[in-house]
Amino acid sequence: MIEIDALTRVYGTTAVVDNVSLTVPRGEICVVVGTSGSGKTTLLRMINRLVEPSSGSVRIGGEDTRGFVAYQLRRRIGYVIQGNGLFPHHTVGQNIATVPSLLNWDKARIRARVDELLTLFQLDPEDYRDRMPRQLSGGQQQRIGVARALAAEPEILLMDEPFGALDPVIRSKAQADLLAIQRRFGTTIMLVTHDMTEAMALGTRIAVMDAGKLLQYAPPAEIISRPATVFVDALIGSGDRPFRMLALQKVRDHVEPGAAAGLPIDEEASLREAYAECLWSGRDAVPVVRDGALVGRITLARLTALAARPQ
Amino acid sequence: MTAGAVMRTVLLLVLVAFLVTPQSFAPVFEPLTRYGAPAIYAQGSLVDITLSHLGITLVATLAATLVAVGLAIVVTRPFGAEFLPLSRSISHIGQTFPPVAVLAMAVPVLGFGTEPTLVALFLYGLLPIFENAIAGLSGVSREVREAARGMGMTGWQRLARVELPLALPVMLTGIRVSAVIALSTATIGSTVAAKTLGEVIIAGLTTNNTAFVLQGGLIVGALAILINDGLMALERLLRRRNGLADTTAR
Ligand SMILES: Nc1ncnc2c1ncn2[C@@H]1O[C@H](COP(=O)(O)OP(=O)(O)OP(=O)(O)O)[C@@H](O)[C@H]1O
Ligand SMILES: [Mg+2]
Repeated sequence: MIEIDALTRVYGTTAVVDNVSLTVPRGEICVVVGTSGSGKTTLLRMINRLVEPSSGSVRIGGEDTRGFVAYQLRRRIGYVIQGNGLFPHHTVGQNIATVPSLLNWDKARIRARVDELLTLFQLDPEDYRDRMPRQLSGGQQQRIGVARALAAEPEILLMDEPFGALDPVIRSKAQADLLAIQRRFGTTIMLVTHDMTEAMALGTRIAVMDAGKLLQYAPPAEIISRPATVFVDALIGSGDRPFRMLALQKVRDHVEPGAAAGLPIDEEASLREAYAECLWSGRDAVPVVRDGALVGRITLARLTALAARPQ
Repeated sequence: MTAGAVMRTVLLLVLVAFLVTPQSFAPVFEPLTRYGAPAIYAQGSLVDITLSHLGITLVATLAATLVAVGLAIVVTRPFGAEFLPLSRSISHIGQTFPPVAVLAMAVPVLGFGTEPTLVALFLYGLLPIFENAIAGLSGVSREVREAARGMGMTGWQRLARVELPLALPVMLTGIRVSAVIALSTATIGSTVAAKTLGEVIIAGLTTNNTAFVLQGGLIVGALAILINDGLMALERLLRRRNGLADTTAR
């Protein structure tokens, strides 16, 4: 759990982060969005004290961060830096092992952890462990950056635009990986992004920042349906609202009994995908399958109703 | 082996052969002597003189490296930043002050012998190492430094595990420049009775024996080339390891 209380950081006369309070419950993902220069990175860096707050406080797991020696605090908190920052003179394995070796884990345990993480990110340990960072693609480097942050099994993970340099396909793959890992370890995550679609896909709650202030902190559906300010509304893009609403839910929860013609859709697909399928194939309903077996259908009428602003 | 490596190996072999059995090279130098003067310097063992010359160069360069790198580390820490201008001017003075003048001033204090030479070479060698060490340390990218901090490294760990290893190739350039300068400048140490190859050259000058001058000069030149090339090869190796240069993909 991360509890941020009236946190402020002043540079010169400007409050770059201005009296921000929010709580990220254990095991949830808080996605911070906002324009460039709105103070997202600064907010994140005050949590592991890479930036010291001007006033206010941060508690992790109930303990005030000021009670820690700064470097010991940072070893407990995973940090994925904007632009990966891998150590170019260390191998991939050594990079991932950074925090465990600072914590004096024994060699066998470190090695096992490195291989476990590489496997988790679908990089064959035999092939990748001893490579240098320059021998990786940009996307692979970013994945190693995330693996390094996760190495010492931190309860809290801070991520500053971790998937910034990825193409859309690899990006949604990386997001899915992150969600799987997050569920598996129950990690509490605070993630900064510029991409609203990414924010909606990952966030259990979204924090919208502008000019150092926290404008709204709410679950994605609420951000879409009841934006707190015009700025938040503009950030979502009013033309995209119904589609963003649909993207938040899965077909699984809205299956109706009955038959429909044509190609089926998997129940794990989002409502947005189902809607697109209806429109594209000109059908009023699409069959739904679970593990390949028919379980019912989803109708265009239902989807249209679900896309409307919640009352 | 590349052509360069072959030439360096040949140079090294010829140098060692000359130092160990100088008399066998007498026919080469005979044409340069007059009135039956000796062709090969024999007032002392060339091996001993060369080793002493190398020893003085090594000690002076090592001392300059320790002090200059130490200073560079201090002035690139937040608490030492205010000393940067001061240390810059000190090392610049060390560089602009001619070693001969340092010798002249050091002799009354330290007496004749090796010490004044060491002091002169040490002062003269500080600047290149200091400037390169600063360049190397401040050349470590912001992201990498921030990552080291964010991972929870202490100041010392960041220095030892990240900043120094990444700065090493650039530092080594400064050390190489200083070592080569010290190697050739050490010859003037003979004027204050340090045992260096300058002895051979001065003996040649005072007895008008070109063969001696050439021998002293050639040994110093060969050593300079070998040391320079050796350290450059080490720099390339370190750069590759640090991921600063391209290598062929695996
Ligand atoms: N060390 C510093 N000294 C002075 N000003 C700073 C410092 N660090 C950040 N700022 C200023 O604080 C503001 C917020 O910076 P921050 O890096 O938190 O923005 P951001 O929301 O992460 O932006 P981006 O999306 O571009 O990464 C910017 O205007 C920046 O110039
Ligand atoms: Mg930022």
